[in-house]
Amino acid sequence: MKNELEIQIKVPNQTCYLSLIGRIGEDLALQLQGFSGDREALANQLNVVLTEAMVNAIRHANAGDPDKQVDIRITISDNELVLQVFDQGQGFDLNSIPDPGFDEEELLETGGRGIYIIRTLMDSVNYRRVPGGNVLEMRKRL
Amino acid sequence: MNIKQEEQGAIVLLQVKEERLDAHNADELKQTLNNLFGAGKSGVVVDLKEVRFIDSSGLGALVSGFKNASARQADLKLSGLQSQVKSMFELTRLHRVFEIYTTMDDALASF
Repeated sequence: MKNELEIQIKVPNQTCYLSLIGRIGEDLALQLQGFSGDREALANQLNVVLTEAMVNAIRHANAGDPDKQVDIRITISDNELVLQVFDQGQGFDLNSIPDPGFDEEELLETGGRGIYIIRTLMDSVNYRRVPGGNVLEMRKRL
Repeated sequence: MNIKQEEQGAIVLLQVKEERLDAHNADELKQTLNNLFGAGKSGVVVDLKEVRFIDSSGLGALVSGFKNASARQADLKLSGLQSQVKSMFELTRLHRVFEIYTTMDDALASF
């Protein structure tokens, strides 16, 4: 049997579910078969990336609407991990979000780091329309 | 959010008693910091010893507190960063903004 794993979770559009989803990402990294890299680092990265992607969906794409939901799909194959976070909102242009700057003044911005963190920790990130909303898809080679 | 607050002379020590500082609870920390600086406190130490995880919202709350402090000639210092938390400060270069100490006693002694 092919060594592939897929998990799908639907949660209400609320930040109280961040820790649950983050922990699932961590546990997956810690139990990943055949992974020879730094598991603790990967676990924290998946926790961070899933948290940031969910906050983006909850607060921005779904605009805090409690009647909406966020759908998370995690797929792991032998050489790649794919995280998909589906929202039910209007969507945004991922390419229009600049990375934060690092000069003295720019470092004191209170927001705008979420997408940068995702881009930095994953190998590829894209956001596109799907029926009923959008998906933020993040890939990482293992 | 569980925050233990105590006064050490003129300095306020805030111990964040949470495993995560994220978008779910960061606004409470931001509000607490803003209230303290608004009340004229000249120095605050935020101890993150028990925090295992921080996201961009948690970092944003601390930056907000730092800006508030700076605008009032006050200081916000940090202590007790676990390795995963420290790596988030490094990823976002925020370790260049904050004074970060190993223990809260070190942070308190620096005032």
